[in-house]
Amino acid sequence: MSQTHSIQVRINGTPYAHEVEPRLLLADYIRQVVGLSGTHIGCEHGVCGACTILLDGQAVRSCIMLAVQADGHELTTVEGLAQDEKSLHPIQEAFWEAHGLQCGFCTPGILMTLVPYLEENPNPTETEVRDAISGNLCRCTGYQHIVDAALLAAEKLQSKP
Amino acid sequence: MKPAPFNYFAPASLEEALALKAQHGEEAKALAGGQSLIPAMNFRVAQPAILVDLNRIASLRDIRKNGALTIGAMTTQSTAEKNPLVAEHVPLLHEALPNIAHPQIRNRGTIGGSVAHADPAAELPVVCLALRTRMQAQSQSGERWIEAQEFFSGLFSTALAADELLTAVEFPLVEERTGYAFLEVARRHGDYAMAGLAAVLSLDENGLCRQARLVYLNVGDGPLEATQAAASLQGQKPSAKAFQDAGKIASQEDMQPFGNLHASPQYQQHLSAVLTQRALQLALNRITQKATHP
Repeated sequence: MSQTHSIQVRINGTPYAHEVEPRLLLADYIRQVVGLSGTHIGCEHGVCGACTILLDGQAVRSCIMLAVQADGHELTTVEGLAQDEKSLHPIQEAFWEAHGLQCGFCTPGILMTLVPYLEENPNPTETEVRDAISGNLCRCTGYQHIVDAALLAAEKLQSKP
Repeated sequence: MKPAPFNYFAPASLEEALALKAQHGEEAKALAGGQSLIPAMNFRVAQPAILVDLNRIASLRDIRKNGALTIGAMTTQSTAEKNPLVAEHVPLLHEALPNIAHPQIRNRGTIGGSVAHADPAAELPVVCLALRTRMQAQSQSGERWIEAQEFFSGLFSTALAADELLTAVEFPLVEERTGYAFLEVARRHGDYAMAGLAAVLSLDENGLCRQARLVYLNVGDGPLEATQAAASLQGQKPSAKAFQDAGKIASQEDMQPFGNLHASPQYQQHLSAVLTQRALQLALNRITQKATHP
């Protein structure tokens, strides 16, 4: 009944073209069709934030958006943060150093939430960080180290040349 | 793939979108930000046969001021939140917007989508009713304006006809000697509130209450206006006692909440009473601040 649609997207700078059914969710497209499994799927109704990616630079939930809606847009996933295989993005370094993850399932979503947030608010307070990540659920209850890591990430980004 | 199959159209113009609505009527569901619709489709609570995605229609995204502030239906909530015209002229809307879910949701969620969805727990319908906004509805046979009081007609239902699309919301500009406040209590910031309200308070030249509007969320089958509480304030000198009484009347006489998983009806009434007092006091403070610091 539903026809497929041709879409063209750029993910982490690489162009992709696919035929997709309209009911394919963007998160499933990224993981299953493109094969970038760093974007995680938790609740599939927009609450947990594990699927957060950047759409034209803005953080959005990829589990409550259709792949067909991404046609012509620029996406960034967690795989797009590090410049090459040997280095980490300053936010990733901070999460490594401050142990900002336990099981790691929510981590990609939190990183992708923090990228635009720290650009907009480069010197946040602890309260502001807690508010900024309130749309990302960590079921290990590990928020303290996540908050520490986010504050460390802000410092690292500020001191970057 | 969680949603049930459907046919998808992404028209580039309003004319095309209206033609699709005219052709398919109720079968064709408008897709705005999708932040409520796609979750409902993922649960298969909603199984529309046809989706008409409005995201490519650039003309529905403008914000313009002409005696009122008219916000295109497809303006995202985060765009409105950051817009200086909204902050200056419709401060109640500016204050309510950050209470809608999380930034990731507001980056996609739209003003018109939330209003047309008419979720009783949503912030925007409450703001629209408290401010007496007007909704622009368009169909192939033309446009009409619907007052907020007529627009919200019950649980997830509005006065929009099957062939109509909500294209803009017109917010009146904040007036002199008028204060406002939006307050809600949620278990976690961004979750659906257990109770909340939008309050608008206007004083006359003598400092007496000329008019009050109190509209509550999540305690009825739509935005719930406390008319008896508002009437109790009319002509009164604003005072902590008058505000406390208004809270009592609103929570005991104007509403009969159903309660939900996180709050019993009694707790919702308690929260509503307390929030009413606070919101009215905040609204009053904002009038006096403006008078002393023009």
